[in-house]
Amino acid sequence: MAQPENLLYSKEHEWVKIDGETATVGITDYAQNSLGDIVYVELPRVGKAIEQFGNIGVVESVKAVSDLFTPVGGEVLEINGALEADPAAVNRDPYGAGWLFKVKLKDTGEKSNLLSAQDYEKIAHDV
Amino acid sequence: MSTSSGLRRTALYDEHSKHGARLVPFAGFEMPVQYSSILKEHDAVRHRAGLFDLSHMAQFVLEGPNVAPWAETLTINAVESMKPMQARYNIFCNAQGGAHDDTIFYRLNQRWLLVVNGANADKMWAHLNANLAEGVRLENLHGRNALIAIQGPKSLAMLQPHVDVDLAGLKYYFCAEGNVYGRPAVIARTGYTGEDGFELFVFGDHAPEIWAALLRDNAGEGLEPCGLGARDVLRLEAGMPLYGHELTEAITPVQAGLQWALKTSKPEFIGRNALVEQMQRDDYPRIAGLIMKGRAPAREGYAVYYEGKAVGEIRSGSMAPSVGGQNIATALLSRDAATEGSTVEVDIRGTRHEATIVPLPFYKRTK
Repeated sequence: MAQPENLLYSKEHEWVKIDGETATVGITDYAQNSLGDIVYVELPRVGKAIEQFGNIGVVESVKAVSDLFTPVGGEVLEINGALEADPAAVNRDPYGAGWLFKVKLKDTGEKSNLLSAQDYEKIAHDV
Repeated sequence: MSTSSGLRRTALYDEHSKHGARLVPFAGFEMPVQYSSILKEHDAVRHRAGLFDLSHMAQFVLEGPNVAPWAETLTINAVESMKPMQARYNIFCNAQGGAHDDTIFYRLNQRWLLVVNGANADKMWAHLNANLAEGVRLENLHGRNALIAIQGPKSLAMLQPHVDVDLAGLKYYFCAEGNVYGRPAVIARTGYTGEDGFELFVFGDHAPEIWAALLRDNAGEGLEPCGLGARDVLRLEAGMPLYGHELTEAITPVQAGLQWALKTSKPEFIGRNALVEQMQRDDYPRIAGLIMKGRAPAREGYAVYYEGKAVGEIRSGSMAPSVGGQNIATALLSRDAATEGSTVEVDIRGTRHEATIVPLPFYKRTK
């Protein structure tokens, strides 16, 4: 599956949509497919300061616990509360209803450390 | 068959890789962990039926006049009282009462089949040979013969048209020698999912055609190929132990709550004294069932606390679709903590999460 062109990506299989000084973060379609049925997502508290590429939570499938890294640093503005009751939304709609959290960016320049859809596509095929 | 990675392949490897199974190393074999999705496969087994490749488990043939009295001395459950074509769960223990392996004996007309866990195949083959007696011959069919399980409420209806055995007349934990799609098979009403179902012992050469034919002829009825991921959730819900988790060389059948399989009326077998003494003392850590109160899953190895004290650890854990989607787990806990109805705490990444101790099994099918 092609990655949405309007997003940026991390090597750890997160996507980020940057809108001015705020960013929305999720995991890619490749990541949700690799993990399998997602049963639990643990996200940072609203207000927490997070660093780019820091380990800030977990995504758990039936079989395994996987660390979640943030592709951008800043302050957590909002988390997707709907995932508590319906974590499978990450499987069904990873770029839409399955978004994870929003960040107030500390440094918009961090996006130069991220990958374009084309560059991410190469990684997602290699692993 | 084996690959450069040193992993072996079952007779059904090509079927798995052709049909999109996700393969992982397990017990020295490349085995499917899932085909479509663990939750979809789980749902198929609970409501329709699922097909499993269990050829990584080792099949040993036991022959000779002394098989039953010999096996009595190595196992905790009764062997000689088995009727022809009966199957029985049994455990081989070490001298301290820990479990070498949990197994199933199948008493056929002229021979016995012993099915042992794939991960214990080499250890068990060595154990049997080290303790061999006169009048007992062993043959190791591991990796040669195949084992296919069809499990779920529709498994009888799906399998019956293709076998020459009356399946409705086959009682639970009995087997028959017959044919599946015209190929010789031992057909047993056994399983590891908590549902009705059958296990088919067939020649490896015949396994791919039987596997493909069952899927083709029952696709409309909802038969799904399933992996070991779904099997683990199904067995945990049904309260069945998995070797390496609820039973180990250090965790005895008494600790695992398997006293029903322990026949202390047998005068002598390896581990008997230790197990009897342990039962009498009744002070041992034991396997208990837990249901998490919150949404965070408990996983193997997580520490468990009771009244502020560390009292044990999680041995298996999963989200359980057949237990209302709650997170269930087994834990090895001190006796005082392992009381039904008590509240314990599970340490998940540094935070304590409450769980309730419940009786096993978590799930029982409605008959």
